[in-house]
Amino acid sequence: MNIVVCVKQVPDTSDPDTEVHIDGTGRGVDQSKFSFVINDADNYAVEEAILLKEKHGGEVTVVNIGGEAANQVIRMALAKGGDGAVRLDDESFVYSDVVATARLLKSAIKDLGCDLVLTGCMASDDGYGAVGIALAQMLEVPHAAYVKTVEVVDDKKLKVGRELEGGLLEMNEIEMPCLLAIQTGGNEPRYASFKGIREASKKEIKVMDLAATGLSADEVGESGSVAVMTQYSVPEVGDLAEMIEGDPAETSAKLANILKEKGLV
Amino acid sequence: MNFDLTEEQRVFRQMVREFAEREIAPTVEALDEKGEFPYEAQTKMAELGLFGLPIDEEYGGSGADLVTYAIGVEEVSRASASLGITMAAHTSLGCMPIHFYGSEEQKQNWLVPMAQGEKLGAFGLTESEAGSDAGGTKTSAILKNGEWVINGTKCFITNSGTDITLLVTITAVTGSIGGKKEVSNIIVPAGAPGFTVAPPYRKMGWHSSDTHELAFSDCRVPESNLLGGRGDGFKQFLKVLDCGRIGVAALSVGMAQACLDESVKYAKQRVQFGHPIGKNQAISFKCADMLVDVELARMATLKAACMADAGVNYSREASIAKLFASEAAMRAASEAVQIHGGYGYIEDYPVCRIFRDSKILEIGEGTSEVQRIVLSRSLGL
Repeated sequence: MNIVVCVKQVPDTSDPDTEVHIDGTGRGVDQSKFSFVINDADNYAVEEAILLKEKHGGEVTVVNIGGEAANQVIRMALAKGGDGAVRLDDESFVYSDVVATARLLKSAIKDLGCDLVLTGCMASDDGYGAVGIALAQMLEVPHAAYVKTVEVVDDKKLKVGRELEGGLLEMNEIEMPCLLAIQTGGNEPRYASFKGIREASKKEIKVMDLAATGLSADEVGESGSVAVMTQYSVPEVGDLAEMIEGDPAETSAKLANILKEKGLV
Repeated sequence: MNFDLTEEQRVFRQMVREFAEREIAPTVEALDEKGEFPYEAQTKMAELGLFGLPIDEEYGGSGADLVTYAIGVEEVSRASASLGITMAAHTSLGCMPIHFYGSEEQKQNWLVPMAQGEKLGAFGLTESEAGSDAGGTKTSAILKNGEWVINGTKCFITNSGTDITLLVTITAVTGSIGGKKEVSNIIVPAGAPGFTVAPPYRKMGWHSSDTHELAFSDCRVPESNLLGGRGDGFKQFLKVLDCGRIGVAALSVGMAQACLDESVKYAKQRVQFGHPIGKNQAISFKCADMLVDVELARMATLKAACMADAGVNYSREASIAKLFASEAAMRAASEAVQIHGGYGYIEDYPVCRIFRDSKILEIGEGTSEVQRIVLSRSLGL
């Protein structure tokens, strides 16, 4: 079974103290103080791809859109067991929305002849949660999102569990080729061993620019996008909240009064 | 001149950092409190190739360079100094002597399981009357009927009494040449007859690392356990210690970095007089000084490792790195506790443990004073 897994490099915001500031353009955030990691859900997608490869054979190709710095995330996926990689890198790709992003990914995937495409179900930075689904549409294959479990039924069919509210698993059968957008928590992403990292440095990362994608400039980036991101803004702090100050005895008395006044107790 | 790590080294740092944050850090406090050896983390680290990084692949190691090894020790020590020293002592002192001087048979028998991380190794140099002055070594080994008969004691020996300890290589007086002691290194396997491991020390810090006094009473090992040439003991351990100093320097960098991380975090959170204490120059300058210390210590450590990888003499640079980094870590730990105030003095905050764990850095593998002796001699003084 040949698998493609799409990975995105995102700022590491796991530390709750991470400060996010809008940059001078108003359309980006200041990235100078960030460290970058693989998107969390994509990390689970990589693990799922490698587990399937270990059990059923085939090859895993890692696909990414990003600059040279994204090599680190790609190499880590290769170190865990990926066989090859494609990195889509061109200035014209900046500001691609969900549709343009999916179009770019399709250009790299369409000729790979894969049985299964895995993506994370959502990126932790922009939170669209739609690239996988748009990509499935463009590849004209069925998809399932928020997938937590994957079982191979036969060489044409998978049984997948989608995570619903309250932890319910919805079991579906899906024909291959197909696309699964993987939810976090369904497996335990491994750590790459030193030997894996060394092996990965010998594997090829094929770089595709705009010309190599076969797409025209108006199909990518902002001009190829349906939705154009215009500006980031920090929500204004409202005045609806009342801060109660004082020592615990005072604050609890004030709080009790408010609750009484509003008829809540 | 290029200060950039290779892509492989950067990916490796990222991997070890994630591993340390997720797998090591959550266990550190409980293991430290109980004084338990981190067997579970050690096993996982061995699977990732972290317990034989600079050992050749043909002997079970990872075949990494010493820069990679230093990065690994630093990242592990950022989460746990105890695991950092377990890894560093095993690699630099347990594996390296046999890697450098072992016969093919010794490497196959001893080095392979150690470099794979299935077993741990130790090196026994220090005695009650011979620490900085290794010439005072009293432990003796007499060759009788094809066996070394060993008598004496060794103290402060890291990794010497775990469930998975394979051996300790000891320095012993094997005779005299022209009135001078002939010192040789001999491999003593765990469980050799006459070899006793005392209960663990009650240490100030490094509570999860394994440290014992060792007693040898008519302990017998085969003649073939001699490491390298008879009488080469001094020459061998001096080279071993050079590599060991890179390990302790890297350990120090990781701990100083942990102090900086914790201090900056706390300085932003802790509000006094209406603003975070980090807005006070008295606190922010301490953090700035700590940053300078961390960066310089890391540079010195990686330079020594880089020189070792290039195959040039790095003895002086290893000493500089060990001296500067260990003292930088102690300074950082002291200031980190100061920044935390009373909270720094209780075990709920990691800087309390790091402070206890730091002092030994200025003592182990050549005290600060010994490093200054080595360095002043290198100046011809």
